[in-house]
Amino acid sequence: MSRMMMGTSPHAEPFWKATEDKKLVLQYSPETARYYHYPREPIVVSPKTGAVEWREAKGLGEIYAFSVMRKPGNPSMGARVPYVVAIVQLEEGVRMMTNVVNCPLENVKVGMKVKLAWEELPKGRHFPVFEPA
Amino acid sequence: MAYDSTYLRGKAAIVGAADEVSPTGELHLTERELEVKVIHAALEDAGLKLSDVDGLFCTGMMMPSLELAEHLGIRPRYTDSTMTGGSSFEVHVEHAAAAIALGLCEVAVSVYAQTPRSKGGLTGGMAAMMSAFDRKNPPPFLEWEMPAGLMLPAGAYALAASRHQHLYGTTSEQLAQIAVSTRQWAQMNPRARYQEAMSIADVLNSPLVCDPLHRYDCCLVTDGAGAVVITSAERARHLKKKPVYVMGVGTHHDHAMMISEMPELTVTPGAVSAPKAFNMAGVAPKDIDLVMTYDSFTITVLMSLEDMGFCPKGEGGRFVEDGKLGPGGSLPTNTNGGGLSYTHPGMYGMFLLVEATRQLRGECGPRQVPDAKLAVAHGVGGVLSACSTVVLGTEETL
Repeated sequence: MSRMMMGTSPHAEPFWKATEDKKLVLQYSPETARYYHYPREPIVVSPKTGAVEWREAKGLGEIYAFSVMRKPGNPSMGARVPYVVAIVQLEEGVRMMTNVVNCPLENVKVGMKVKLAWEELPKGRHFPVFEPA
Repeated sequence: MAYDSTYLRGKAAIVGAADEVSPTGELHLTERELEVKVIHAALEDAGLKLSDVDGLFCTGMMMPSLELAEHLGIRPRYTDSTMTGGSSFEVHVEHAAAAIALGLCEVAVSVYAQTPRSKGGLTGGMAAMMSAFDRKNPPPFLEWEMPAGLMLPAGAYALAASRHQHLYGTTSEQLAQIAVSTRQWAQMNPRARYQEAMSIADVLNSPLVCDPLHRYDCCLVTDGAGAVVITSAERARHLKKKPVYVMGVGTHHDHAMMISEMPELTVTPGAVSAPKAFNMAGVAPKDIDLVMTYDSFTITVLMSLEDMGFCPKGEGGRFVEDGKLGPGGSLPTNTNGGGLSYTHPGMYGMFLLVEATRQLRGECGPRQVPDAKLAVAHGVGGVLSACSTVVLGTEETL
């Protein structure tokens, strides 16, 4: 069963488009000189100019927090139970909600180094997940 | 006017309180009927009439305080539909105290009713989000957290618990002790949903919901309703019951529905709201006789106790493990049996205020905290998103 998505927002289109090439891009504001994730409307991150850049992330980070879901958080995840939901802190300084895959449950730890992996979504796009580095 | 962080101290008081719960968890009335019922009960408790009410506070979707006033047939001159999830009603007390102090209203009612047990499935804010959103521009949670399969709300709190365990060595046994102490209070409350004895082993042997949280680390899902009446300190002195003064208030939020937006998962907004409230009241945690703190999950209690200053950050597990939160302990906490064992209709903060009021009046029978003079009601809304702290006191604490 394909992972449930409830739509994507127009200001995040560059993020989702880049997943077609398995690239993780992060929104960057030249005005504030920092990354943002989740992506905001350009005026939110750069109120004066509306300028945003999309910079490719290295795809490296560590587990900031995690939990094993014993019941599915949405209907599409039923067959995966139990699975790991994690907040991963990327080297670029932002955090993202994701899954840790290809790792026995008992080995998952806060602070563990992880690297980007990809899972197929419909229409040639991909969903970023992480696995042990 | 220069800002005075203690201006609201003792200006207003809770003078009426009522709640509607059932040991079955089910109430056979609609949410509107329950709202009206508890409003009348709280006014009766205060010795006031509906026609006295000139400030109306509630939560909901679309102009809720307008809808409620229309049903009640009142036309309040102050209206407030502030919605911060489970902490909404502590925020209402803060806003009511400010409005009363400025003369914008004199008799305020805050009310809550929700019946998730009877209705089944999603209710409240989550149901609203899932039923009406634009797939071409969805709310951030649905785009950035839901696809990872995060179960709400338990998953969000479990993430915080995982980090607290990692940073501070907090154990599942220590978390379980919070549920056990709370259950001991519920055993003294004939209106509580769960009144059977429970041990730490019972909690640890209950099914994992989201690691490290077990079934009995998680709150109930029940129907429930409650209301409080707030008025000026002057008027409060001429009413039916002993006034419970609003001594200090503070509110803070640092993210909304996405737990991954929280600056640090082990430090809640209570670390800001509580010191504001204590400072206004001119008291410290050591002065508090009764703690009513939001217990959506055991980890919520543990981190809130730290953030309010009852123990240092990271010490929460060791602080609670001797059972001091329970009956006979040095820090009576959640004496009605809490959201863990008494009732939890989704936004539990109202019941913190109702129980604190009853305790400070000495109305709690077998579970009465002897000589309780100062209480704190600490609400936590969203996913550790919005905290609001209310310090309440008897006449002699003024």
